[in-house]
Amino acid sequence: MREIQEFTLDELKHLFTPQAITGETMVLNMGPQHPSTHGVLRLILELDGEIVLNCVPDIGYLHTGIEKNMEAKTYQKAEVLTDRMDYMYTMGNNLVYCLAVEKLTELKSPARADAIRVILLELSRLQSHLLWIGTSALDLGAMSVFLYAMREREMILDIFELVSGQRMMTTYIRPGGLWRDVPAEFNDAVKQIVDIFPKRIDTYEALLTKNPLFMDRTKGIGKIDTKTALAWDVTGPTLRATGMAHDIRKANPYCGYEQYDFEIPTQTTGDIYGRYKVRVEEMRQSVRIVEQALNKLPFGPVRDNNPKFVPPPRSEIGVSMEALIHHFKLWTEGFTPPVGSVYSTIESPRGEMGLFLESDGSPKPYRVHYRTPSVPLLQIMPILSKGCFVADLIGIIGSIDIVLGDTDR
Amino acid sequence: MGLEQKLGNTGVVTTTLENAVNWSRTNSMWPMLFGLACCAIEMMAAQAANYDMSRFGMELMRASPRQSDLMIVAGRVSQKMAPVLRNLYDQMPDPKWVIAMGDCAACGGVYNNYAVLQGVDEIVPVDIYVAGCPPRPEGLINGVVALHNKIKSERFAKWK
Repeated sequence: MREIQEFTLDELKHLFTPQAITGETMVLNMGPQHPSTHGVLRLILELDGEIVLNCVPDIGYLHTGIEKNMEAKTYQKAEVLTDRMDYMYTMGNNLVYCLAVEKLTELKSPARADAIRVILLELSRLQSHLLWIGTSALDLGAMSVFLYAMREREMILDIFELVSGQRMMTTYIRPGGLWRDVPAEFNDAVKQIVDIFPKRIDTYEALLTKNPLFMDRTKGIGKIDTKTALAWDVTGPTLRATGMAHDIRKANPYCGYEQYDFEIPTQTTGDIYGRYKVRVEEMRQSVRIVEQALNKLPFGPVRDNNPKFVPPPRSEIGVSMEALIHHFKLWTEGFTPPVGSVYSTIESPRGEMGLFLESDGSPKPYRVHYRTPSVPLLQIMPILSKGCFVADLIGIIGSIDIVLGDTDR
Repeated sequence: MGLEQKLGNTGVVTTTLENAVNWSRTNSMWPMLFGLACCAIEMMAAQAANYDMSRFGMELMRASPRQSDLMIVAGRVSQKMAPVLRNLYDQMPDPKWVIAMGDCAACGGVYNNYAVLQGVDEIVPVDIYVAGCPPRPEGLINGVVALHNKIKSERFAKWK
Protein backbone atom coordinates (compact mmCIF):
# COMPACT_ATOMS: atom_id res chain seq x y z
CA MET A 1 0.00 0.00 0.00
CA ARG A 2 1.31 3.40 -0.92
CA GLU A 3 1.32 6.39 1.39
CA ILE A 4 -1.27 9.13 1.12
CA GLN A 5 -0.04 11.65 -1.42
CA GLU A 6 0.68 14.80 0.48
CA PHE A 7 1.75 17.99 -1.16
CA THR A 8 3.50 20.90 0.39
CA LEU A 9 2.25 24.36 -0.47
CA ASP A 10 5.59 25.01 -2.13
CA GLU A 11 4.95 22.29 -4.72
CA LEU A 12 1.50 23.64 -5.53
CA LYS A 13 2.28 27.34 -5.43
CA HIS A 14 1.87 27.77 -9.21
CA LEU A 15 -1.81 26.84 -8.79
CA PHE A 16 -2.61 29.42 -6.14
CA THR A 17 -2.19 33.13 -5.57
CA PRO A 18 0.93 34.32 -3.72
CA GLN A 19 -1.26 35.09 -0.70
CA ALA A 20 -1.70 31.37 -0.12
CA ILE A 21 1.98 30.98 0.72
CA THR A 22 1.97 33.81 3.23
CA GLY A 23 -1.18 32.51 4.89
CA GLU A 24 -3.47 35.44 4.03
CA THR A 25 -5.78 33.02 2.21
CA MET A 26 -6.59 29.49 3.29
CA VAL A 27 -5.87 26.33 1.31
CA LEU A 28 -8.50 23.72 2.11
CA ASN A 29 -8.79 20.12 1.04
CA MET A 30 -12.23 18.86 0.01
CA GLY A 31 -12.59 15.15 -0.56
CA PRO A 32 -11.92 12.43 -1.63
CA GLN A 33 -14.43 11.39 1.03
CA HIS A 34 -17.09 14.05 0.91
CA PRO A 35 -20.84 13.55 0.59
CA SER A 36 -21.22 16.09 -2.21
CA THR A 37 -18.36 15.22 -4.51
CA HIS A 38 -20.39 12.48 -6.24
CA GLY A 39 -17.77 9.81 -5.79
CA VAL A 40 -14.13 10.12 -4.92
CA LEU A 41 -13.24 13.52 -6.28
CA ARG A 42 -10.71 15.64 -4.44
CA LEU A 43 -10.73 19.40 -4.78
CA ILE A 44 -8.01 21.60 -3.36
CA LEU A 45 -9.57 24.99 -2.67
CA GLU A 46 -8.03 28.34 -1.98
CA LEU A 47 -10.44 30.38 0.09
CA ASP A 48 -10.64 34.01 1.04
CA GLY A 49 -13.13 33.69 3.86
CA GLU A 50 -16.13 32.11 2.22
CA ILE A 51 -15.12 33.00 -1.37
CA VAL A 52 -13.42 30.40 -3.60
CA LEU A 53 -10.38 31.97 -5.24
CA ASN A 54 -8.95 28.82 -6.84
CA CYS A 55 -10.14 25.28 -7.19
CA VAL A 56 -7.83 22.48 -8.31
CA PRO A 57 -9.42 19.09 -9.02
CA ASP A 58 -7.26 16.07 -8.18
CA ILE A 59 -8.49 13.01 -10.03
CA GLY A 60 -7.34 9.40 -10.10
CA TYR A 61 -8.88 8.10 -6.88
CA LEU A 62 -10.96 5.66 -8.90
CA HIS A 63 -8.38 4.79 -11.53
CA THR A 64 -9.15 1.19 -12.41
CA GLY A 65 -6.93 0.51 -15.42
CA ILE A 66 -9.91 -0.51 -17.55
CA GLU A 67 -8.30 0.52 -20.83
CA LYS A 68 -5.17 -1.46 -20.10
CA ASN A 69 -7.17 -4.43 -18.83
CA MET A 70 -9.19 -4.51 -22.05
CA GLU A 71 -6.01 -5.05 -24.04
CA ALA A 72 -5.48 -8.31 -22.20
CA LYS A 73 -8.91 -9.72 -23.06
CA THR A 74 -10.54 -10.88 -26.28
CA TYR A 75 -13.06 -8.59 -27.93
CA GLN A 76 -16.07 -10.35 -26.38
CA LYS A 77 -14.62 -10.42 -22.89
CA ALA A 78 -13.37 -6.84 -23.03
CA GLU A 79 -16.91 -5.60 -23.41
CA VAL A 80 -17.79 -6.67 -19.87
CA LEU A 81 -15.31 -4.12 -18.52
CA THR A 82 -16.87 -1.23 -20.43
CA ASP A 83 -20.06 -1.43 -18.32
CA ARG A 84 -18.24 -0.46 -15.19
CA MET A 85 -16.77 2.75 -16.55
CA ASP A 86 -19.58 5.28 -16.71
CA TYR A 87 -21.80 3.31 -14.37
CA MET A 88 -24.73 5.64 -14.89
CA TYR A 89 -24.86 4.97 -18.64
CA THR A 90 -23.86 1.34 -18.96
CA MET A 91 -25.82 0.67 -22.14
CA GLY A 92 -24.04 3.58 -23.81
CA ASN A 93 -20.62 2.29 -22.81
CA ASN A 94 -21.50 -1.03 -24.43
CA LEU A 95 -22.83 0.70 -27.51
CA VAL A 96 -19.81 2.90 -28.19
CA TYR A 97 -17.61 -0.19 -27.98
CA CYS A 98 -19.92 -2.22 -30.22
CA LEU A 99 -20.10 0.60 -32.78
CA ALA A 100 -16.30 0.65 -32.93
CA VAL A 101 -16.06 -3.13 -33.34
CA GLU A 102 -18.82 -3.06 -35.95
CA LYS A 103 -16.95 -0.38 -37.88
CA LEU A 104 -13.77 -2.41 -37.71
CA THR A 105 -15.33 -5.71 -38.79
CA GLU A 106 -18.11 -4.38 -41.08
CA LEU A 107 -20.74 -6.13 -39.00
CA LYS A 108 -24.20 -4.70 -39.47
CA SER A 109 -26.76 -4.44 -36.71
CA PRO A 110 -30.30 -5.34 -37.94
CA ALA A 111 -33.16 -2.83 -37.87
CA ARG A 112 -34.90 -4.43 -34.87
CA ALA A 113 -31.68 -4.44 -32.88
CA ASP A 114 -31.16 -0.76 -33.69
CA ALA A 115 -34.66 0.15 -32.51
CA ILE A 116 -34.27 -1.80 -29.27
CA ARG A 117 -30.86 -0.19 -28.76
CA VAL A 118 -32.42 3.27 -29.11
CA ILE A 119 -35.16 2.43 -26.58
CA LEU A 120 -32.66 1.12 -24.06
CA LEU A 121 -30.23 4.00 -24.62
CA GLU A 122 -32.92 6.59 -24.02
CA LEU A 123 -34.10 4.71 -20.93
CA SER A 124 -30.48 4.77 -19.74
CA ARG A 125 -30.34 8.50 -20.35
CA LEU A 126 -33.55 8.87 -18.35
CA GLN A 127 -32.23 6.90 -15.41
CA SER A 128 -28.97 8.85 -15.45
CA HIS A 129 -30.83 12.17 -15.47
CA LEU A 130 -33.15 10.86 -12.74
CA LEU A 131 -30.25 10.11 -10.46
CA TRP A 132 -28.75 13.47 -11.38
CA ILE A 133 -31.90 15.40 -10.55
CA GLY A 134 -32.22 13.50 -7.28
CA THR A 135 -28.65 13.93 -6.06
CA SER A 136 -28.11 17.48 -7.25
CA ALA A 137 -31.36 18.60 -5.64
CA LEU A 138 -30.26 16.73 -2.51
CA ASP A 139 -27.02 18.71 -2.54
CA LEU A 140 -29.03 21.91 -2.59
CA GLY A 141 -31.21 20.72 0.28
CA ALA A 142 -34.30 19.33 -1.49
CA MET A 143 -34.68 15.83 -0.10
CA SER A 144 -38.02 14.70 -1.53
CA VAL A 145 -36.96 14.90 -5.20
CA PHE A 146 -34.39 12.19 -4.53
CA LEU A 147 -37.01 9.78 -3.20
CA TYR A 148 -39.34 10.40 -6.14
CA ALA A 149 -36.56 10.10 -8.72
CA MET A 150 -35.25 6.85 -7.25
CA ARG A 151 -38.77 5.40 -7.32
CA GLU A 152 -39.01 6.00 -11.07
CA ARG A 153 -35.46 4.84 -11.62
CA GLU A 154 -36.40 1.44 -10.23
CA MET A 155 -39.00 1.08 -13.00
CA ILE A 156 -36.30 1.54 -15.63
CA LEU A 157 -33.92 -0.81 -13.85
CA ASP A 158 -36.68 -3.43 -13.83
CA ILE A 159 -36.75 -3.24 -17.63
CA PHE A 160 -32.98 -3.66 -17.79
CA GLU A 161 -33.31 -6.68 -15.54
CA LEU A 162 -36.08 -8.03 -17.75
CA VAL A 163 -33.98 -7.91 -20.91
CA SER A 164 -30.55 -8.78 -19.57
CA GLY A 165 -30.89 -10.30 -16.09
CA GLN A 166 -28.87 -7.53 -14.42
CA ARG A 167 -29.97 -4.19 -13.06
CA MET A 168 -26.96 -2.09 -13.93
CA MET A 169 -24.12 -4.00 -15.61
CA THR A 170 -26.12 -5.35 -18.49
CA THR A 171 -23.67 -6.12 -21.33
CA TYR A 172 -26.83 -6.57 -23.39
CA ILE A 173 -25.70 -4.74 -26.52
CA ARG A 174 -23.14 -6.91 -28.33
CA PRO A 175 -21.06 -6.42 -31.49
CA GLY A 176 -23.43 -7.12 -34.38
CA GLY A 177 -26.69 -6.59 -32.51
CA LEU A 178 -27.99 -7.70 -29.15
CA TRP A 179 -27.38 -10.62 -26.84
CA ARG A 180 -30.90 -11.98 -27.48
CA ASP A 181 -34.34 -10.72 -28.39
CA VAL A 182 -36.38 -8.92 -25.75
CA PRO A 183 -38.95 -10.98 -23.81
CA ALA A 184 -42.66 -10.65 -24.55
CA GLU A 185 -43.34 -8.41 -21.51
CA PHE A 186 -40.90 -5.77 -22.79
CA ASN A 187 -43.41 -3.77 -24.86
CA ASP A 188 -45.93 -3.41 -22.05
CA ALA A 189 -43.27 -2.45 -19.53
CA VAL A 190 -41.86 0.28 -21.79
CA LYS A 191 -45.37 1.45 -22.67
CA GLN A 192 -46.07 1.93 -18.98
CA ILE A 193 -43.00 4.13 -18.64
CA VAL A 194 -43.96 6.19 -21.68
CA ASP A 195 -47.43 6.75 -20.20
CA ILE A 196 -46.29 7.60 -16.70
CA PHE A 197 -43.18 9.63 -17.24
CA PRO A 198 -44.43 12.97 -18.60
CA LYS A 199 -46.58 13.35 -15.47
CA ARG A 200 -43.71 12.37 -13.21
CA ILE A 201 -41.39 14.90 -14.85
CA ASP A 202 -44.09 17.52 -14.15
CA THR A 203 -43.89 16.50 -10.50
CA TYR A 204 -40.14 17.14 -10.35
CA GLU A 205 -40.61 20.46 -12.09
CA ALA A 206 -43.35 21.42 -9.64
CA LEU A 207 -40.89 20.79 -6.82
CA LEU A 208 -37.95 22.66 -8.32
CA THR A 209 -38.48 24.87 -11.36
CA LYS A 210 -40.27 27.74 -9.63
CA ASN A 211 -39.07 26.99 -6.14
CA PRO A 212 -37.61 30.32 -4.92
CA LEU A 213 -34.97 28.60 -2.80
CA PHE A 214 -33.82 26.50 -5.72
CA MET A 215 -33.79 29.51 -8.05
CA ASP A 216 -31.75 31.57 -5.61
CA ARG A 217 -29.19 28.81 -5.31
CA THR A 218 -28.88 28.19 -9.07
CA LYS A 219 -29.57 31.31 -11.14
CA GLY A 220 -26.45 33.16 -12.25
CA ILE A 221 -24.11 30.74 -10.45
CA GLY A 222 -21.44 28.66 -12.15
CA LYS A 223 -21.65 30.56 -15.42
CA ILE A 224 -19.75 29.70 -18.58
CA ASP A 225 -20.07 31.02 -22.13
CA THR A 226 -20.05 29.05 -25.39
CA LYS A 227 -16.58 30.16 -26.44
CA THR A 228 -14.91 29.08 -23.20
CA ALA A 229 -16.88 25.85 -23.15
CA LEU A 230 -15.76 24.97 -26.68
CA ALA A 231 -12.17 25.95 -25.90
CA TRP A 232 -12.21 23.45 -23.02
CA ASP A 233 -13.86 20.76 -25.17
CA VAL A 234 -17.02 20.71 -23.08
CA THR A 235 -19.99 18.88 -24.61
CA GLY A 236 -23.40 17.72 -23.54
CA PRO A 237 -25.97 19.61 -21.44
CA THR A 238 -23.30 21.94 -20.07
CA LEU A 239 -22.54 23.15 -23.61
CA ARG A 240 -26.20 23.21 -24.62
CA ALA A 241 -27.02 25.36 -21.60
CA THR A 242 -24.75 28.04 -23.07
CA GLY A 243 -26.86 28.23 -26.23
CA MET A 244 -25.14 25.92 -28.67
CA ALA A 245 -27.38 23.14 -30.04
CA HIS A 246 -24.77 20.44 -30.43
CA ASP A 247 -25.86 16.84 -30.02
CA ILE A 248 -24.11 13.81 -31.53
CA ARG A 249 -27.51 12.20 -32.09
CA LYS A 250 -28.23 14.95 -34.64
CA ALA A 251 -24.71 15.85 -35.78
CA ASN A 252 -23.51 12.30 -36.40
CA PRO A 253 -26.48 9.94 -36.04
CA TYR A 254 -25.97 6.32 -35.00
CA CYS A 255 -28.45 3.45 -34.52
CA GLY A 256 -30.95 5.21 -36.79
CA TYR A 257 -31.45 8.32 -34.62
CA GLU A 258 -32.13 10.26 -37.82
CA GLN A 259 -35.52 8.51 -38.12
CA TYR A 260 -36.85 9.93 -34.89
CA ASP A 261 -38.37 13.31 -34.37
CA PHE A 262 -36.88 15.11 -31.39
CA GLU A 263 -35.47 18.49 -30.49
CA ILE A 264 -32.22 19.58 -28.91
CA PRO A 265 -33.15 21.67 -25.88
CA THR A 266 -30.94 24.71 -25.30
CA GLN A 267 -30.74 27.58 -22.84
CA THR A 268 -28.68 30.72 -23.12
CA THR A 269 -27.78 31.42 -19.51
CA GLY A 270 -24.98 28.87 -19.07
CA ASP A 271 -25.58 28.69 -15.30
CA ILE A 272 -26.74 25.88 -13.02
CA TYR A 273 -30.38 26.71 -13.65
CA GLY A 274 -29.83 26.56 -17.41
CA ARG A 275 -28.27 23.10 -17.11
CA TYR A 276 -31.19 21.98 -14.97
CA LYS A 277 -33.70 23.21 -17.57
CA VAL A 278 -31.81 21.53 -20.40
CA ARG A 279 -31.70 18.19 -18.61
CA VAL A 280 -35.37 18.25 -17.65
CA GLU A 281 -36.31 19.01 -21.27
CA GLU A 282 -33.97 16.24 -22.43
CA MET A 283 -35.89 13.82 -20.25
CA ARG A 284 -39.09 14.76 -22.05
CA GLN A 285 -37.39 14.35 -25.43
CA SER A 286 -36.09 10.93 -24.37
CA VAL A 287 -39.62 9.82 -23.57
CA ARG A 288 -40.68 11.05 -27.02
CA ILE A 289 -37.94 9.03 -28.73
CA VAL A 290 -38.81 5.90 -26.73
CA GLU A 291 -42.47 6.27 -27.70
CA GLN A 292 -41.65 6.62 -31.41
CA ALA A 293 -39.21 3.73 -31.39
CA LEU A 294 -41.67 1.50 -29.56
CA ASN A 295 -44.50 2.31 -31.96
CA LYS A 296 -42.56 1.26 -35.02
CA LEU A 297 -40.51 -1.54 -33.54
CA PRO A 298 -39.80 -3.78 -36.55
CA PHE A 299 -39.76 -7.56 -36.45
CA GLY A 300 -36.81 -9.65 -37.53
CA PRO A 301 -33.45 -10.89 -36.27
CA VAL A 302 -31.55 -9.04 -33.56
CA ARG A 303 -28.06 -10.21 -34.54
CA ASP A 304 -25.93 -10.12 -37.64
CA ASN A 305 -25.58 -13.66 -38.98
CA ASN A 306 -21.86 -13.53 -39.79
CA PRO A 307 -20.70 -16.70 -37.95
CA LYS A 308 -17.06 -15.56 -37.90
CA PHE A 309 -17.92 -12.77 -35.47
CA VAL A 310 -21.32 -13.47 -33.95
CA PRO A 311 -21.90 -16.69 -31.99
CA PRO A 312 -24.57 -18.98 -33.48
CA PRO A 313 -27.88 -19.45 -31.65
CA ARG A 314 -27.85 -22.06 -28.94
CA SER A 315 -30.44 -24.18 -30.77
CA GLU A 316 -28.15 -24.62 -33.79
CA ILE A 317 -25.18 -25.93 -31.83
CA GLY A 318 -26.75 -29.33 -31.25
CA VAL A 319 -27.65 -29.93 -34.88
CA SER A 320 -25.07 -28.14 -37.00
CA MET A 321 -21.39 -29.10 -37.17
CA GLU A 322 -20.39 -25.65 -38.49
CA ALA A 323 -22.25 -23.90 -35.70
CA LEU A 324 -20.43 -26.01 -33.12
CA ILE A 325 -17.05 -25.25 -34.71
CA HIS A 326 -17.78 -21.51 -34.87
CA HIS A 327 -18.98 -21.52 -31.29
CA PHE A 328 -15.84 -23.34 -30.14
CA LYS A 329 -13.54 -21.02 -32.09
CA LEU A 330 -15.31 -17.87 -30.89
CA TRP A 331 -15.19 -18.77 -27.19
CA THR A 332 -11.68 -20.23 -27.17
CA GLU A 333 -9.67 -17.81 -29.26
CA GLY A 334 -12.17 -15.04 -30.15
CA PHE A 335 -12.62 -13.33 -33.47
CA THR A 336 -9.92 -11.49 -35.39
CA PRO A 337 -10.90 -8.17 -36.96
CA PRO A 338 -8.70 -6.76 -39.75
CA VAL A 339 -5.79 -4.43 -38.93
CA GLY A 340 -6.87 -0.84 -38.54
CA SER A 341 -8.00 1.88 -36.18
CA VAL A 342 -11.47 3.36 -35.73
CA TYR A 343 -13.15 6.05 -33.70
CA SER A 344 -16.80 5.85 -32.74
CA THR A 345 -18.79 8.40 -30.83
CA ILE A 346 -22.16 8.68 -29.08
CA GLU A 347 -24.04 11.22 -27.00
CA SER A 348 -23.92 10.24 -23.36
CA PRO A 349 -25.99 12.09 -20.71
CA ARG A 350 -22.85 14.06 -19.96
CA GLY A 351 -21.65 14.82 -23.48
CA GLU A 352 -19.69 13.24 -26.27
CA MET A 353 -18.37 9.80 -25.42
CA GLY A 354 -15.87 8.45 -27.92
CA LEU A 355 -13.81 5.33 -28.28
CA PHE A 356 -10.59 4.95 -30.20
CA LEU A 357 -9.89 1.30 -30.97
CA GLU A 358 -6.78 0.02 -32.67
CA SER A 359 -6.54 -3.54 -33.94
CA ASP A 360 -3.36 -5.36 -34.94
CA GLY A 361 -5.25 -8.32 -36.39
CA SER A 362 -5.09 -10.41 -33.21
CA PRO A 363 -8.15 -11.49 -31.15
CA LYS A 364 -7.34 -8.83 -28.56
CA PRO A 365 -7.53 -5.06 -29.05
CA TYR A 366 -4.10 -3.45 -29.41
CA ARG A 367 -5.13 -0.16 -27.87
CA VAL A 368 -8.39 1.06 -26.39
CA HIS A 369 -8.81 4.68 -25.48
CA TYR A 370 -11.98 6.37 -24.28
CA ARG A 371 -12.76 10.01 -24.76
CA THR A 372 -15.05 10.57 -21.83
CA PRO A 373 -17.17 13.68 -21.28
CA SER A 374 -16.47 14.00 -17.56
CA VAL A 375 -12.81 14.96 -17.93
CA PRO A 376 -13.41 18.29 -19.72
CA LEU A 377 -16.27 18.97 -17.31
CA LEU A 378 -13.87 18.65 -14.40
CA GLN A 379 -11.29 20.80 -16.17
CA ILE A 380 -13.68 23.75 -16.23
CA MET A 381 -14.33 23.48 -12.47
CA PRO A 382 -11.78 26.26 -11.71
CA ILE A 383 -13.55 28.56 -14.21
CA LEU A 384 -17.04 27.77 -12.95
CA SER A 385 -16.19 28.13 -9.29
CA LYS A 386 -14.02 31.24 -9.38
CA GLY A 387 -15.45 33.82 -7.03
CA CYS A 388 -18.39 31.75 -5.81
CA PHE A 389 -19.21 30.74 -2.25
CA VAL A 390 -18.23 27.34 -0.88
CA ALA A 391 -21.92 26.43 -0.62
CA ASP A 392 -22.39 27.22 -4.32
CA LEU A 393 -19.45 25.00 -5.20
CA ILE A 394 -21.57 22.03 -4.07
CA GLY A 395 -24.29 23.04 -6.48
CA ILE A 396 -21.78 23.46 -9.31
CA ILE A 397 -20.30 19.99 -8.83
CA GLY A 398 -23.81 18.57 -8.90
CA SER A 399 -24.83 20.55 -11.96
CA ILE A 400 -22.07 19.40 -14.31
CA ASP A 401 -23.02 15.79 -13.50
CA ILE A 402 -19.64 14.12 -13.36
CA VAL A 403 -19.25 10.40 -12.87
CA LEU A 404 -15.87 9.61 -11.41
CA GLY A 405 -15.78 6.17 -12.95
CA ASP A 406 -16.07 7.94 -16.27
CA THR A 407 -13.27 10.37 -15.46
CA ASP A 408 -10.70 7.99 -14.07
CA ARG A 409 -11.53 4.76 -15.90
CA MET B 1 -40.11 -18.39 34.22
CA GLY B 2 -37.79 -16.86 36.70
CA LEU B 3 -37.48 -13.40 38.12
CA GLU B 4 -40.06 -11.69 35.84
CA GLN B 5 -42.91 -13.73 37.26
CA LYS B 6 -41.94 -13.02 40.82
CA LEU B 7 -41.56 -9.29 40.16
CA GLY B 8 -45.01 -9.14 38.65
CA ASN B 9 -46.18 -6.00 36.88
CA THR B 10 -43.38 -3.69 37.96
CA GLY B 11 -42.14 -2.67 34.49
CA VAL B 12 -38.79 -4.38 34.89
CA VAL B 13 -37.23 -6.67 32.32
CA THR B 14 -34.21 -8.72 33.14
CA THR B 15 -31.55 -9.50 30.59
CA THR B 16 -27.82 -9.79 30.36
CA LEU B 17 -25.63 -6.78 29.83
CA GLU B 18 -24.32 -8.33 26.63
CA ASN B 19 -27.77 -8.73 25.16
CA ALA B 20 -28.78 -5.20 26.03
CA VAL B 21 -25.63 -3.63 24.63
CA ASN B 22 -25.62 -5.71 21.45
CA TRP B 23 -29.28 -5.01 20.87
CA SER B 24 -28.72 -1.28 21.13
CA ARG B 25 -25.70 -1.47 18.86
CA THR B 26 -27.65 -3.19 16.09
CA ASN B 27 -30.57 -0.80 16.28
CA SER B 28 -28.67 2.46 16.26
CA MET B 29 -26.03 1.76 13.70
CA TRP B 30 -24.80 4.73 11.72
CA PRO B 31 -23.20 3.78 8.41
CA MET B 32 -20.68 6.12 6.84
CA LEU B 33 -21.84 7.98 3.74
CA PHE B 34 -18.98 6.84 1.60
CA GLY B 35 -19.49 5.70 -1.98
CA LEU B 36 -16.68 4.68 -4.27
CA ALA B 37 -18.08 3.40 -7.56
CA CYS B 38 -20.98 1.49 -9.10
CA CYS B 39 -22.03 -0.19 -5.84
CA ALA B 40 -22.58 3.23 -4.28
CA ILE B 41 -25.49 3.72 -6.67
CA GLU B 42 -27.07 0.50 -5.44
CA MET B 43 -26.36 1.58 -1.87
CA MET B 44 -28.30 4.77 -2.60
CA ALA B 45 -31.08 2.68 -4.13
CA ALA B 46 -31.17 0.63 -0.93
CA GLN B 47 -31.59 3.85 1.05
CA ALA B 48 -34.37 5.16 -1.19
CA ALA B 49 -38.10 4.52 -1.02
CA ASN B 50 -38.35 1.14 -2.76
CA TYR B 51 -35.96 -0.78 -0.52
CA ASP B 52 -35.89 1.54 2.48
CA MET B 53 -33.05 0.50 4.74
CA SER B 54 -34.55 2.51 7.59
CA ARG B 55 -36.71 -0.54 8.24
CA PHE B 56 -33.53 -1.95 9.77
CA GLY B 57 -32.54 1.22 11.56
CA MET B 58 -29.83 2.02 9.04
CA GLU B 59 -31.16 5.20 7.46
CA LEU B 60 -28.93 7.72 9.18
CA MET B 61 -25.84 7.96 7.00
CA ARG B 62 -23.10 10.04 8.50
CA ALA B 63 -20.63 11.84 6.29
CA SER B 64 -18.00 12.03 9.00
CA PRO B 65 -16.11 8.90 10.02
CA ARG B 66 -15.99 10.22 13.61
CA GLN B 67 -19.75 9.78 13.93
CA SER B 68 -20.18 6.45 12.19
CA ASP B 69 -19.66 2.86 13.28
CA LEU B 70 -20.18 0.96 10.04
CA MET B 71 -18.15 1.41 6.88
CA ILE B 72 -19.77 0.04 3.74
CA VAL B 73 -16.97 -0.20 1.18
CA ALA B 74 -19.12 0.19 -1.92
CA GLY B 75 -16.97 -0.27 -4.98
CA ARG B 76 -13.48 -0.87 -6.22
CA VAL B 77 -10.61 0.52 -4.18
CA SER B 78 -7.74 1.85 -6.24
CA GLN B 79 -4.16 1.96 -5.04
CA LYS B 80 -4.45 5.73 -4.70
CA MET B 81 -7.63 5.44 -2.62
CA ALA B 82 -6.40 2.64 -0.36
CA PRO B 83 -4.42 4.77 2.15
CA VAL B 84 -7.32 7.23 2.32
CA LEU B 85 -9.71 4.38 3.10
CA ARG B 86 -7.45 3.10 5.86
CA ASN B 87 -7.20 6.61 7.25
CA LEU B 88 -10.99 6.84 7.35
CA TYR B 89 -11.22 3.48 9.10
CA ASP B 90 -8.70 4.58 11.70
CA GLN B 91 -10.77 7.69 12.41
CA MET B 92 -13.92 5.71 13.22
CA PRO B 93 -14.53 5.19 16.95
CA ASP B 94 -14.73 1.67 18.37
CA PRO B 95 -16.74 -0.55 18.11
CA LYS B 96 -16.68 -0.48 14.31
CA TRP B 97 -17.62 -2.86 11.55
CA VAL B 98 -16.90 -3.13 7.82
CA ILE B 99 -19.06 -4.52 5.03
CA ALA B 100 -17.25 -5.22 1.75
CA MET B 101 -20.01 -4.59 -0.76
CA GLY B 102 -19.54 -6.09 -4.19
CA ASP B 103 -16.98 -8.33 -5.79
CA CYS B 104 -14.40 -5.57 -6.25
CA ALA B 105 -14.31 -4.78 -2.55
CA ALA B 106 -14.36 -8.46 -1.66
CA CYS B 107 -11.63 -9.76 -3.98
CA GLY B 108 -10.86 -7.32 -6.78
CA GLY B 109 -13.69 -8.58 -8.97
CA VAL B 110 -13.09 -8.43 -12.70
CA TYR B 111 -10.07 -6.21 -12.28
CA ASN B 112 -6.95 -8.22 -11.82
CA ASN B 113 -4.54 -5.43 -12.65
CA TYR B 114 -2.06 -2.88 -11.41
CA ALA B 115 -4.56 -0.28 -10.26
CA VAL B 116 -7.10 -2.07 -8.09
CA LEU B 117 -6.63 -3.43 -4.59
CA GLN B 118 -7.38 -7.15 -4.68
CA GLY B 119 -9.92 -7.07 -1.91
CA VAL B 120 -10.35 -4.42 0.73
CA ASP B 121 -9.49 -7.00 3.43
CA GLU B 122 -5.85 -6.34 2.56
CA ILE B 123 -6.07 -3.06 4.47
CA VAL B 124 -9.07 -3.21 6.83
CA PRO B 125 -10.68 -6.15 8.69
CA VAL B 126 -13.95 -7.09 6.97
CA ASP B 127 -16.95 -8.52 8.83
CA ILE B 128 -19.38 -9.27 6.01
CA TYR B 129 -18.77 -9.82 2.32
CA VAL B 130 -21.67 -9.15 -0.05
CA ALA B 131 -21.31 -10.81 -3.44
CA GLY B 132 -22.52 -9.40 -6.72
CA CYS B 133 -21.38 -6.94 -9.35
CA PRO B 134 -23.06 -4.81 -8.16
CA PRO B 135 -25.14 -6.59 -5.48
CA ARG B 136 -28.85 -5.90 -5.62
CA PRO B 137 -30.19 -3.68 -2.82
CA GLU B 138 -31.72 -6.84 -1.34
CA GLY B 139 -28.20 -8.30 -1.27
CA LEU B 140 -26.91 -5.35 0.72
CA ILE B 141 -29.87 -5.56 3.10
CA ASN B 142 -29.16 -9.24 3.56
CA GLY B 143 -25.55 -8.35 4.39
CA VAL B 144 -26.72 -5.80 6.92
CA VAL B 145 -29.04 -8.31 8.58
CA ALA B 146 -26.21 -10.83 8.68
CA LEU B 147 -24.05 -8.21 10.37
CA HIS B 148 -26.79 -7.54 12.91
CA ASN B 149 -26.94 -11.25 13.71
CA LYS B 150 -23.19 -11.33 14.08
CA ILE B 151 -23.23 -8.39 16.47
CA LYS B 152 -26.02 -9.94 18.54
CA SER B 153 -23.85 -12.97 19.24
CA GLU B 154 -20.76 -10.96 20.17
CA ARG B 155 -19.26 -11.63 23.61
CA PHE B 156 -17.54 -8.99 25.71
CA ALA B 157 -14.98 -11.26 27.27
CA LYS B 158 -14.10 -14.91 27.33
CA TRP B 159 -15.78 -16.51 30.36
CA LYS B 160 -13.57 -19.05 32.01
